[in-house]
Amino acid sequence: MLKINNLHVSLDDEDKQILKGVDLNVDAGKVHAIMGPNGSGKSTLSYVLSGKDGYNVTNGTVELNGYDILELEPEERASLGLFLAFQYPIEIPGVGNMTFLRTAINAQRKSRGEDEISATDFLRLVREKAATLKIDTDMLKRPVNVGFSGGEKKRNEILQMAMLEPKVCILDETDSGLDVDAMKLVANGVNALRDEGRGFLVITHYQRLLDHIKPDIVHIMADGKIVKTGGPELAIEVENNGYSDLLDEAS
Amino acid sequence: MSFPEQNSAENLEIKESALVTAGWSAEARKDAFERTMKSGLPTARDEYWKYTNPKSLTSKIVEKAPLSKDKEGGMFTGANPIKIVFVDGKFAPEKSDDLDVSGLSVERLSIINKLNLHWAKDLYGRYEKLSQVSVPRPLAAYNTAYADEGVVINVSERIERPINIIYEHADEYSDVILRHIIKIDDNAELTLLENGPAAARLNQVMEVKLSDGAKFNHIRVLGRDHERRTATHIFGELGKEAKFKSFTLTVNGVLTRNECFLNINGDDAAAHISGACIGDGDFHHDDTVFITHDAVGSESRQVFKKVLRNGATGVFQGKILVKPNAQKTDGYQISQSLLLDEDSQFLAKPELEIYADDVACSHGSTSGAIDEEALFYLTSRGISKQIAIDMLTMAFLAEAVEEIENIKLKQVILDLLTNWLDRHSS
Repeated sequence: MLKINNLHVSLDDEDKQILKGVDLNVDAGKVHAIMGPNGSGKSTLSYVLSGKDGYNVTNGTVELNGYDILELEPEERASLGLFLAFQYPIEIPGVGNMTFLRTAINAQRKSRGEDEISATDFLRLVREKAATLKIDTDMLKRPVNVGFSGGEKKRNEILQMAMLEPKVCILDETDSGLDVDAMKLVANGVNALRDEGRGFLVITHYQRLLDHIKPDIVHIMADGKIVKTGGPELAIEVENNGYSDLLDEAS
Repeated sequence: MSFPEQNSAENLEIKESALVTAGWSAEARKDAFERTMKSGLPTARDEYWKYTNPKSLTSKIVEKAPLSKDKEGGMFTGANPIKIVFVDGKFAPEKSDDLDVSGLSVERLSIINKLNLHWAKDLYGRYEKLSQVSVPRPLAAYNTAYADEGVVINVSERIERPINIIYEHADEYSDVILRHIIKIDDNAELTLLENGPAAARLNQVMEVKLSDGAKFNHIRVLGRDHERRTATHIFGELGKEAKFKSFTLTVNGVLTRNECFLNINGDDAAAHISGACIGDGDFHHDDTVFITHDAVGSESRQVFKKVLRNGATGVFQGKILVKPNAQKTDGYQISQSLLLDEDSQFLAKPELEIYADDVACSHGSTSGAIDEEALFYLTSRGISKQIAIDMLTMAFLAEAVEEIENIKLKQVILDLLTNWLDRHSS
């Protein structure tokens, strides 16, 4: 579904190479986890995949359902079904959460040649999805993420994901800043979206998120590369022994 | 570069012989004529005109302003207003509504001018003259001296229906002076809507007196004829617990200078002056505001937002003066610009002058570009870059537009902004 092949990325404004040949396939119906120490390039990978400015792809390809997406704008990638749940969701004063959600849904539908969602269908859907994430009406009415707590912001990301129904979901350290209860709520939201037609790439430092979102495959990333791939037991190994043993082993 | 001196061949003539010498206003006009002579017309060398060159406002020759195809006259029709229409500054009775409304007296300056006695005598030129103490405002004094048309309104009750003054522009070279006087009695209320390009060149002054508990809601949309040149002044005085709210939307216009000078003389009164403008290309918009707090427990807000692109210029000069007796003053002033490219500029001079010791005053002024992080966030959800920029632009303007209390009227302004963005999106 998402095929990353030999991806090399440097920063636009300095020569520093961040990703040094990432190979990774995310399959439909599977949850892939990427773990790795700070500075290994995990967040860069999520930004490059979703089309953020400031990165320079020096080599490699990324395909989403057969489309080469590296030349596409962020909105085009989104319409093809790519979704990034941000580590730090952006506050946008003056733009209402509901307006934002509806504009996004309709923009994606339009680009796929589908009809816009009706106001009543939209309201019904957003209320239903919000309820399962314990997002109240007041949060929906407020400007995007403004005045939201850390947990509310992450839940709002999952709400957007649920509304947009993407094919590939990238979760960038969705557990950061969450207490156990908030993490369970977010994990339940993600699990509800697990589906045979949908792939997940869950980026995290810690195994604890993976207790709630059970991965099928775990990748260890270090110094801009995937250095080890295995089953869920790999995450437990990291939890018990840290990264250093694994990295020594890999090198 | 050289600038015209007063009464030079290139400038407007200031002639005593042109003054109206009869009627209740004669004395005020003579007085204003002397003020104008003393200060001279403004020039680009004046500190007060540092950011806006007044040359085309004072020149003898009026530059041509072609008429835009947009018919903007009916934008407030949904509010069922009482319409008063001026075409190039001349009253158009056939287009105007019946002005016989209970609790409201609307007269025209050109008609009452001939009378020997009128209540307007107490107000005509009074606040304009008062404003000259801080800095000369010769265009306003010139207006006092020579204005021969405008509306003179007295409101004695709470009037539900808004008054809508519509300024049509039909002559590409029209040079118009208008003067409005508005007196709102104790606990009375008026909503005044103004829209339209008015003239190739407009010098307009409005003097407003709010008695105790009076309320004035003012919303205006300066017309779109791009080559128009407009200088407006609002002068006002607020009595106890009076509320003054004025919002101006400006889309295009090569030169706009809107001055507002308010004296808060009554305890617990509130004055809110706000404006949103979006300018493209050779657009120049200047908001110059001076609010004096001279009573206890009063509040003022100045909220100005400007979106500028393709070399457009925005100016803000705003001052809050808190007199020694004006304890518990709550003053707020914000002026911000969103610069959509590097050719546009925003010039701001925010000032606070506070002589009381128990006050809360804050002010801020910023210039910035579209927030790239927010833009990425929106586009990563599938929203196109242009629509995302429009959303962020509307979000930027929101604080100013939110100053409009009436939901229907706010929607009129939001629709105008949305249409403008749609038209200008590529």
